[in-house]
Amino acid sequence: MILADFIKMFEAELADIIPGTILPETAYKQLDAWNSMQALILIAMVDAEYGVTLTAENLHDCITVSDLFSVVQNKKTVLNS
Amino acid sequence: MFTVSGIKLSGLAVSVPKQKVSNNDYPFASIKEKELFIKTTGIQNRRIAPEGLTASDLCFEAAEKLLHEMQCVKSEIGVLLFITQTPDWIIPPTAIRLQHRLGLPKACIALDINLGCSGYVYGLSVISSLLKTTGAKKGLLLVGDVSSSVVSEKDKSTSPIFSDAGSATLMDVSDADSAIHFSLHNDGEGYNAIIIPDGGMRSKFTPASVEVQKISEGIERNKTHLIMNGVDVFNFSLREVAPDVKQLLPYCGKDTKDVDYFVFHQANLLMNEAIRKKLAIEPEKVPYSLKDFGNTSSASIPTTLVTQLREQLTNEKLSLLLSGFGVGLSWGTAILETDKIACLPLIEI
Repeated sequence: MILADFIKMFEAELADIIPGTILPETAYKQLDAWNSMQALILIAMVDAEYGVTLTAENLHDCITVSDLFSVVQNKKTVLNS
Repeated sequence: MFTVSGIKLSGLAVSVPKQKVSNNDYPFASIKEKELFIKTTGIQNRRIAPEGLTASDLCFEAAEKLLHEMQCVKSEIGVLLFITQTPDWIIPPTAIRLQHRLGLPKACIALDINLGCSGYVYGLSVISSLLKTTGAKKGLLLVGDVSSSVVSEKDKSTSPIFSDAGSATLMDVSDADSAIHFSLHNDGEGYNAIIIPDGGMRSKFTPASVEVQKISEGIERNKTHLIMNGVDVFNFSLREVAPDVKQLLPYCGKDTKDVDYFVFHQANLLMNEAIRKKLAIEPEKVPYSLKDFGNTSSASIPTTLVTQLREQLTNEKLSLLLSGFGVGLSWGTAILETDKIACLPLIEI
């Protein structure tokens, strides 16, 4: 799993985001484009691409895009172990 | 998983309110929010019952027209099920009132069942099983909801999703080698993922029940309104539906290629497409009625059958997989064959 790929997919799923503007340290819930619908879109993307489930708790606890990536990475590691 | 043999689905009708509402006109969200909502959920328009038109009224109209069209002898109907989460009353059971309104015999078993999005699949299993054990010749399955009456108009997480519809399905005892295969599941741990908090015996109705609370921007409701935890319901559906389908297909010796159409509960396009992709089903085998009829709760499967597959149901022999999932949490899959059934055009009231 590569963080740059995750960010690229994250950007592609967000409405009205200029590619290259999302950084690992971006607080994604502070973005104008972020809302509850985007949360579902992100969950669907992570499920399809990485085969793991982001919970409401994960979304609540994570602050940055990098945090989200770490959660996905950890869940994928557990899944594959 | 289990199979009920010797029972067939022979007729189907669906009725919806005439009143159409467009989500473009939803007043409690921004234009951008509405565009994203419509694109993501696939729900453009909805049907909303006017005050006084209930789920039982919608089902009654569908049943009357279906029985008339099929020249059905009412005295042969031995089972009537009404599956809804929006009954006419808490007491008495609405099914018994429907039995009288429809002119069915007093010996006809009449039951309400409280289920939502999985209700059609569960209803098929209960009515088929009752027909097998009672010796009745025919059963009438009435499934529908007026969810618009239990959501807050000012709740953008529920109001633009739900739409109203009622259905009637005639089930017959059949000599033919027909079989309906079922897989049914529940998980009460998720009981509050979709809930109306007040009004039952656990949390009785009080004056405070109708006090409106602002939960967040665009979400205002009281405790008699339906609450949906979108993320929990989404994850539940992603987790459970595809494996249930994958389990039932080999149980009855089938593969996805043996099924003509997969008719899923119409939750929302994002969720349903995720499920379709997990199962690697071709898009043309998965019809949608979301665009014009939204999420009609328990009636979404029959609504999709009537509005999207009427010609095929009327003229062809079909192998169908039906899958319902939602409130409870509850989910179920049925695999059945239909052979040129009576499928009425959509009824508008």
